[in-house]
Amino acid sequence: MNYVHVQSEPLDPHREVDQLRADNPMIGAVVSFIGLMRDMNEGDKVDRLFLEHYPGMTEKALLKIVEEASRRWDLQGCRVVHRVGEMRPTDPIVVVVVASSHRKEAFLGCEFVIDYLKTQAPFWKKELTEGGERWVDARISDDEAEEKWRSASSDD
Amino acid sequence: MIEVRFFARFREELGADTEQLEAGHVNCVEDLLTDLRARGGTWSRLFAEDQRVMAAVNQEVADQSTPLKDGDEVAFFPPVTGG
Repeated sequence: MNYVHVQSEPLDPHREVDQLRADNPMIGAVVSFIGLMRDMNEGDKVDRLFLEHYPGMTEKALLKIVEEASRRWDLQGCRVVHRVGEMRPTDPIVVVVVASSHRKEAFLGCEFVIDYLKTQAPFWKKELTEGGERWVDARISDDEAEEKWRSASSDD
Repeated sequence: MIEVRFFARFREELGADTEQLEAGHVNCVEDLLTDLRARGGTWSRLFAEDQRVMAAVNQEVADQSTPLKDGDEVAFFPPVTGG
């Protein structure tokens, strides 16, 4: 079953995995991605991270991404939980869990969901460094990661 | 009226998170951006043609040609950085 959620409470990745695979004997493989807060970015020490989102649109965008993954691969379910608000280094920021009967689909689905989330879901990071607060710039490498899936789709 | 919303760096730099605008001659996202750009100062800088600006209409990702009508919710924001 697909499920997306945005929360300010800390994430529990193991709980998300357990929730997704509970009571479904069709599941033979679960792949999870956990995005964590690093204490370094662009060569500077980062003490705090603040995540902003667009309530309403963010949930819709996440749902669209997991539905697209379910359309492309034979999945048994996909769960995305993203944190917002203030975070500290080592805190999980996002958990993506994808289940399928066999591992290949779960690996592909999980990578697809996080690559799309990075460029399509309205979240913005602001970090606090010794030099003060700054908004994090989008990365070209994230655009390229998403682009890879677009070309994969046109080859179908 | 069209409800216009700003997020993240745009919201902070403009000192505005939402405003109501008369639809008037605004038929698409590009028309609205042109109006905002014409306000000068921070508006002109943030919405300059060489800046990366993402837009959403009624909470769906939009582009410059996406049509607008009375009652729509439009949002402008910088490229996203979640995950």
